[in-house]
Amino acid sequence: MITLLLIFFPLVAGLLLLFVKGPQVKTLALGAAILEFAIAVFALTQFHQDATTQFEWNYAWVQSLGITFHVGIDGISMLLVLLTTFLVPVIILTSFNTEHKNPSAFYSLILIMQMALVGVFVSMDGFLFYVFWELALIPIYFICLLWGGEDRARITFKFFVYTLAGSLFMLGGLIYLYLHTPGGHSFDIAALYSAGQSLDVVHQGYVFWAMFIAFAVKMPVFPFHTWQPDTYTTAPTQGTMMLSGIMLKMGTFGVIRWLLPLAPLGVEKYATLAIGLAVFGVVYASCIAIVQKDFKRLIAYSSIAHVGLIAAGILSMNTQGVQGAMMQMLSHGVNVVGLFFIVDLIQKRTNTRDIASLGGIRNVNPQFAVLFLIVLLGSVALPLTNGFVGEFLLLNGVYQFNPWMAGFAGLSVILGAVYMLRSYQSIMLGETNGITSSFAPLETSEKAVLIIICAAIIVFGVFPKPLTDIVSPAVDQLVAGLRIAVGK
Amino acid sequence: MKALVLLSSLGVIALLAEIFSFKKLLYPIVLLGLVTAFVLNVFDWDTNHTFYKMMQYDNYAVAFTGVIIVIAFLWFIMAEGFFKEESNLTDHFALVLFALVGAVMMVSYNNMAMLFLGIEILSIPMYILAGSNKTDVASNESAFKYLIMGAFATGFLLFGIALIYGATGSFDLSEIANAVSSGTAARSIFSVGVLLMLIGMAFKVSAAPFHFWAPDVYQGAPTVITAFMSTIVKTAAFAAFLRLFSTTFMEVHGTWMNVVWVMAALTLLVGNITAVVQTSTKRMLAYSSVAHAGYMLLALLAGNDYSNSAILFYAAAYSIGSIATFCIVHIISNAKKSDGVDSFNGLAKTNPFLAVVMTIALLSLAGIPPTAGFFAKYYIFTSAFVAGNVGLVLIAIIASLIGVYYYFRLIIAMYFKESSSTEALPVESNHKLLLLFIAVLIILMGLFPDWVIKLL
Repeated sequence: MITLLLIFFPLVAGLLLLFVKGPQVKTLALGAAILEFAIAVFALTQFHQDATTQFEWNYAWVQSLGITFHVGIDGISMLLVLLTTFLVPVIILTSFNTEHKNPSAFYSLILIMQMALVGVFVSMDGFLFYVFWELALIPIYFICLLWGGEDRARITFKFFVYTLAGSLFMLGGLIYLYLHTPGGHSFDIAALYSAGQSLDVVHQGYVFWAMFIAFAVKMPVFPFHTWQPDTYTTAPTQGTMMLSGIMLKMGTFGVIRWLLPLAPLGVEKYATLAIGLAVFGVVYASCIAIVQKDFKRLIAYSSIAHVGLIAAGILSMNTQGVQGAMMQMLSHGVNVVGLFFIVDLIQKRTNTRDIASLGGIRNVNPQFAVLFLIVLLGSVALPLTNGFVGEFLLLNGVYQFNPWMAGFAGLSVILGAVYMLRSYQSIMLGETNGITSSFAPLETSEKAVLIIICAAIIVFGVFPKPLTDIVSPAVDQLVAGLRIAVGK
Repeated sequence: MKALVLLSSLGVIALLAEIFSFKKLLYPIVLLGLVTAFVLNVFDWDTNHTFYKMMQYDNYAVAFTGVIIVIAFLWFIMAEGFFKEESNLTDHFALVLFALVGAVMMVSYNNMAMLFLGIEILSIPMYILAGSNKTDVASNESAFKYLIMGAFATGFLLFGIALIYGATGSFDLSEIANAVSSGTAARSIFSVGVLLMLIGMAFKVSAAPFHFWAPDVYQGAPTVITAFMSTIVKTAAFAAFLRLFSTTFMEVHGTWMNVVWVMAALTLLVGNITAVVQTSTKRMLAYSSVAHAGYMLLALLAGNDYSNSAILFYAAAYSIGSIATFCIVHIISNAKKSDGVDSFNGLAKTNPFLAVVMTIALLSLAGIPPTAGFFAKYYIFTSAFVAGNVGLVLIAIIASLIGVYYYFRLIIAMYFKESSSTEALPVESNHKLLLLFIAVLIILMGLFPDWVIKLL
């Protein structure tokens, strides 16, 4: 029941919001998002920390085709539902000093998107998963199209077609597995798992590619990333946050839930190639990030680097890799929202995102400098920040798969430090110039957002255990199942 | 059967209206008549009765008749303006109603003669209606083109029927099937007949390479008639096509499968790719209609348990989406005197309601969840997958992606481009209601497809 509430509350709230006119829209949207977070926290308190799927709801949806409305929450879902419901209110709060035209539509779309995202994370039926997966695309397309920056029509369209193309391959893969389920066919996750695992290695390989392309486009993994920098740069700040903070996790989550157990032999067969692509993307994106002049674009590339490492960790199919990926998904979500918010703050005050033309903001606003530094340290994965746990586990996981690849991926830590610290230096330190001298102090809502994010970075850097406890039984079970499936 | 009788008598009543001068009452009478026909049709469910072996009222016929009547009802609400012009009012009513009679015959025939009669009863009113905008050159051209091409198609069809009669000695579908399976039919003549009929049917459903008439006819005809052609005519033609090929001609599927495979691939690609470069929305929708025929051919080709309900669902989903898009194109082209893609510019600002409904309809036509169009495509793909036509599914996937491109051109124009005037276009309240209803229906059919697919 609580799962249904988690899915449909944002939808209802979003639709109601369409009828609200006037300035209270923001507050109402924030209220709805906080309420949704409260529901998620309540779910967490009721959640047994074991590997089972809880709060299940199974309703025959399209009976004649074996399609069910089957939702449920296990540890992996729980963590991502928490991330989603935590980030959405933060993202709404970041917009409090921004005036969007037609705000009711804007916030309504954000909430509807939240519904689809939660739906993706709790689906236990392949068809339902696909529907939510596609459904998430429509609101974000309109958010980017209506409130985005220059040349948005072309760029958001490219984004749409890219992801849709990937998704259609996934649909093909799902239908293929569906037709291999016994009897009257079923899309239920358990039936799909056993259908997938009963295939031979060649056919699992086909399934692997069909599904992997969809997830690789969404994350994005090199070489499917070309839509991402443009889209992230052009989208409105809140849209970018939804894309990078949450939507990206649909891809990594998809690999964990809808790829590894569906085609374990296929993953094993192509792991070297896929991890190679991911790891290459890590270094490639880091190198490009170093030479970026636009700070927003730099973060977009850094996001490709981070997510590449996550993908590599998951595909190495060991406990450390998957566990690390879960932790890194959380911390990347929080950190990247913080970073994009900082970009937005700077851009609003100086009308530029050009790293070189900024400088010396610390002299004008030391408080902002401290908060920025914390977010930055989190994203370069300094020990005792939230980024560290995940990154360490991920590298450990990849190392078990192949030490050389881990070494190569480890470059991202160094390169990440290079581009982040360099841009911090260039933006915040040095001489104050004409552009930055009038850097206005932070508004209350802006301060609140940064403090929430910094608190999350530090608290979960020092005490990651509550989070790992939620997810580790589910991850252990998953990895154990995979071991059996590949016969090790 | 009762629905067919009622529809025919409605047509006669429409003709009498001129003599007994109750023209004003005709519109409500027709709407009421359609509702009654729908109810009578529902009573035919599961009766599976025949009419002198000429017509077969199995559930297939009843389901398609139901869909056709519902679409016709929506169409009448959309086309109210078409029935305002005093001088031709009764002609219009009678022609449309007789076309409907033809459509219903085409979904329930059990005899080649009935198929032929159905097609002709449907087509002849359509030839006239396409030219019903008498002062417009394009409309006249459209009517002539449709007539000449339609006559060709009929020729092929008749020739095919004649050869099949020659080979099997019967017009009756089940007897033909018996003759073929027992081996008493002259196989080579029969195969030629099947292929000739295939060409005739491909003309009617505008499948490539027999689609060349469609864009010109669709563009030239009055918009409401275009809507009728691309929904009811197409649905009926596909139902007839499927009824013939999935049962009677299944025995000889070797002779036509490969042809239909190529036809489907061509239709998908030609329809979608050509639609991309169109600047007139009506012409674009015409090519999109060709493309949709391609998807339905996939299910026809599959010829399995899924085929019937897949085509029923697809035809219904496609038709209601098309009624909405044509209705909006009609409203805009009336107000702006242009049906170019740029006439949609800024619609989201001037008429947000129209823009939202148009978006839902376009998303459905493009096959994006949670709309009816998505489920329709999913179902077609599944049916093709089961039949092992993986290559064709891949082509269809690529074609859908191309399809997204031109549907989204309209969406981008509505939300992104600036319009020259900021005044809202006038929309009649019945159109508003209709569009709202269709938008809800599209979503509901997408969320609860079971209601429709359970039928067959």
